[in-house]
Amino acid sequence: MNSFDELIKRMNSGEIRALGKIITVMENDPSSSAYIIPQIHNLTGNAHIVGITGPPGSGKSSLVDKLISCYRNDGLKVGVIAIDPTSPFTGGAILGDRIRMKRHYTDKDVFIRSMATRGDLGGLSEATRNTIKALDAFGKDVIIIETVGAGQVEVDIVKVADTVVVVSVPSMGDSVQTLKAGIMEIGDIFAVNKADIEGVEKCIIEIRMMLELSEKKREWIPPIIKTYGNKDDGTDDLYESIKNHHKYLIESGHYEQRRIIRGKTELVDILQNLFIKNLYDSISEKEMGELAKKIANREKDPYMIIEELIPRLKRLFEVL
Amino acid sequence: MPRKKLRILIAKPGLDGHDRGAKVVARALRDAGMEVIYTGLRQTPESIVETALQEDVDAIGLSILSGAHNHLFKKIIDLLKKEGAEDIPIFGGGIIPEDDMPYLTNIGVKKIFGPGTSTEKIVTYIKEMTNR
Repeated sequence: MNSFDELIKRMNSGEIRALGKIITVMENDPSSSAYIIPQIHNLTGNAHIVGITGPPGSGKSSLVDKLISCYRNDGLKVGVIAIDPTSPFTGGAILGDRIRMKRHYTDKDVFIRSMATRGDLGGLSEATRNTIKALDAFGKDVIIIETVGAGQVEVDIVKVADTVVVVSVPSMGDSVQTLKAGIMEIGDIFAVNKADIEGVEKCIIEIRMMLELSEKKREWIPPIIKTYGNKDDGTDDLYESIKNHHKYLIESGHYEQRRIIRGKTELVDILQNLFIKNLYDSISEKEMGELAKKIANREKDPYMIIEELIPRLKRLFEVL
Repeated sequence: MPRKKLRILIAKPGLDGHDRGAKVVARALRDAGMEVIYTGLRQTPESIVETALQEDVDAIGLSILSGAHNHLFKKIIDLLKKEGAEDIPIFGGGIIPEDDMPYLTNIGVKKIFGPGTSTEKIVTYIKEMTNR
């Protein structure tokens, strides 16, 4: 029995530290995921996966904290993945979302894991997905993913969540602006947080107008809910909406559909990562630099170089 | 491409009123390329240990200004032992008198950094302690 087998065994018997360690090894080394995931994949698929996204400072962590309480009141087990950005300059990160979730720290049925983006575009990585699986296999009924503060293009959360809550705040003026293009389109539920500050009605109207502008016929009309950071008003409404959406997905058959789409993007992403890894394993930094020089001084064009590289990459996949 | 990163928990147990020192250290560790889990003020020993397990940290740094360090360090080390996690090293900082150092070393605290320690020294220490 190798060390992974032992960890998996300990995790399956409910040991919190083993779950923590499994997540670490998968985050550090994708090849360990290739060993671990096959052993837990069939234990997964039971949890409702809820994504919470929105601009930085919109109050995502505080809402997550309140939602945890709602789930715990109903006796459900909760996993949380809170994602913060990695510094592109130093590779370091401050992971501080937990601060808002203090009151759940010692609840054995709440597992909170902070993750750094580690350079992944869109803020979600193969590691995030595998962490969801680990939490799911561990028996969590719901897994809440709090994304990095999102702007326009960070919409990866739809690739992993069943239900997406987009959090916005009034009076940011341009907050709805930032929502418009990308993340506006992915909300199953909209939470207008800090609803006690001025401009809340305007913000709601703007979101409603944008939803109505869509020509797509919707079976599910995303509710817009006022929430507050400093009091519990609205939290129950938000909780109810999330549960309603879950019910809707199951009854309409969209649950199944989303999971099939997710299976596909998962497969493509893993292949892509594998390909990139093999690419970097087979072409040294030095060679890459020399090739780049040739492109820059017009000695060769990129397509020509790729043509030359392909046989080497093919060989790499043959030995896999 | 293994991309192991050091994960360090910086926590403040007890009733301290501010966390400036802890934030300075957290920031310095971040700038040294580490992932710092920061939990804010007024944590109980139980919540710190639980966080360390869930976050699977490589080390725990405690900042204590209140004078309750002997009690708090002991409690946290005992709880880690109870969870079979005494292998997670603990270091600390804050206002901790020289006289208390032998006791703290004796119960298993790896290192205490007094006021005025350069952040560079802390970074180097953590890297050496965790062999990276």
